[in-house]
Amino acid sequence: MNEVILKTEGLTKHYGGVHALQDADFELRNGEHVAVVGDNGAGKSTLVRQITGVEQRTSGKIWFDGREVRFASPIEARDVGIETVYQNLALADDLDVPSNLFLGREKTLFNLGPFSLLARKKMREDTQAALDRTAVKIPNLSNTIRNMSGGQRQCVAIARCASFATKMIIMDEPTAALGVQETNQVENIIRTLKKQGVPLVLVSHNLRQVFDLVDRIVVFRRGHIVASLNRDETDGSDIIAYITGVKSQGDNAAAFL
Amino acid sequence: MTASPSINKRKSWPTEFNALLGLIGIAIVFEAIGWLVQGQSFLLNTQRLSIVILQVSVVGIIAIGVTQVIITGGIDLSSGSIVGATAMIAMSFAQVSTYPRAVFIEQGWVDLPVIIPLAVGLACGMFAGAVNGLLIAYTKIPPFIATLGMMVAARGVAKWYTKGKPVSFPTDSFAAIGKGMMPVAIFLVLAAIFHIILKYTVYGKHTYAIGSNQEAARVSGINVERHLVLVYTIAGMLSGIAAMVVAARGLTAQAGMGLMYELDAIAMAVIGGVSLAGGRGSIVGTVIGMLIFGLIISGFTFLRIDAYYQEMLKGVIIVTAVIADVWRQKRDALKSDV
Repeated sequence: MNEVILKTEGLTKHYGGVHALQDADFELRNGEHVAVVGDNGAGKSTLVRQITGVEQRTSGKIWFDGREVRFASPIEARDVGIETVYQNLALADDLDVPSNLFLGREKTLFNLGPFSLLARKKMREDTQAALDRTAVKIPNLSNTIRNMSGGQRQCVAIARCASFATKMIIMDEPTAALGVQETNQVENIIRTLKKQGVPLVLVSHNLRQVFDLVDRIVVFRRGHIVASLNRDETDGSDIIAYITGVKSQGDNAAAFL
Repeated sequence: MTASPSINKRKSWPTEFNALLGLIGIAIVFEAIGWLVQGQSFLLNTQRLSIVILQVSVVGIIAIGVTQVIITGGIDLSSGSIVGATAMIAMSFAQVSTYPRAVFIEQGWVDLPVIIPLAVGLACGMFAGAVNGLLIAYTKIPPFIATLGMMVAARGVAKWYTKGKPVSFPTDSFAAIGKGMMPVAIFLVLAAIFHIILKYTVYGKHTYAIGSNQEAARVSGINVERHLVLVYTIAGMLSGIAAMVVAARGLTAQAGMGLMYELDAIAMAVIGGVSLAGGRGSIVGTVIGMLIFGLIISGFTFLRIDAYYQEMLKGVIIVTAVIADVWRQKRDALKSDV
């Protein structure tokens, strides 16, 4: 087994009296693709937000790449190599593809502080290379995001993460708003990432997708992790049993409460 | 729903092009009316054209700054008042020693080298702009309110500075800033510089990104607050430059100078296709908008339409431009939903 890249221990988040996440022990190994599933409000997105520093946890510890970490903002998480695809795509609608791909980390010709000239040609070439790497087809790179379909936008967002992620990628329901064809395209990108050995946390509602793509499935229920199952040792009805609370791993007593 | 491929491939029609067509259309209409009503050409009169360009150049300098402010999704109502205050203060450092009632005659600050009033003027504009930017970025009050406050306060400064008395008699070197076609030259240089800055630098990219999706800009690692302060500071600086040009041209500064310049500047930008929703627009568009604005005003004068009607029509033009912008946004929102 590969070494552990991300590990949480007793990760807890309370919003006032709401225990959104309770004592979550989560692990991700290098090269591994893990799905996080569960009903609405089960704590999936809460987990993501604590890891990426969008929110500050109530208690618990997070280790990343062998060091204990506490990110004050998503930018800090990004700086150490964790890229996140958000549910509401973090793209600027009025900018074209290369501008979005390099937003906040533009390549420049020479340094004049904020007035540095952009290396437009270089960014365009790198964008094309990044899209090719993730097998994304965008007909016209100078088109603005506004003029693209939902699937193309999501592909740009994912290509952006894939081209900068040095250590791991988190995707929070990347296909929730997409049609069948577009979902296929995104899933193909995820398969490409798997081949490249980039570890991934995939939050998803779509069990078919989860079984198609990942190595391991972690089930959340009411803020707790109730199961962590290898894909090959489980099936859809088993997962649903955990999601709905019919079955429970480890703490068997909880199922009878 | 899947979008049809035609939408993906088609590049959107640039709004600057619409504005350019509008400019040509308006010019043709006035030309036709000129021959019909006045029996002479409207356009083939270099004197009239140079007056048009001169008139709009000063406000055009402000419109450059306002353009980038509107692209971030903001607005700047303080430009006109900053012109008033900066004109008074800069002019007081540019007076000649032969004028006995110069503001700083007792201190002996007369006949100063031109660099001093220039530096003072730039500093005044930048200071006012920076205050706008700091208020907007860090207290999170709407730009409309922050700059409205500055509009009132800066006008107050302009009146308080000499207790309402005009400041006149600048040195020749200072007066040179406004001589002849100098204002047009200054405008063109600034327009070219900011065209490059907005289109080809990191600053420009971040300006559009903030106006397009501020949250996306933030999670992408852009320091949104610092950038906004910079944008408003530059807008203030450009108002300061406009102030010195207009004061030098008139050889005098008065507390009421620059009245309504902010609205003319906003109108030029919006006519030129800069979207009040932020994220879209360009210096090229604003320059075209400025020419349309100037052409309409001088066309009305040419047709001997009364100044009162001109103001009313100006109001109509501004509102029409904003309506066009709202329609554009609606159309684009529909397009994004497919």
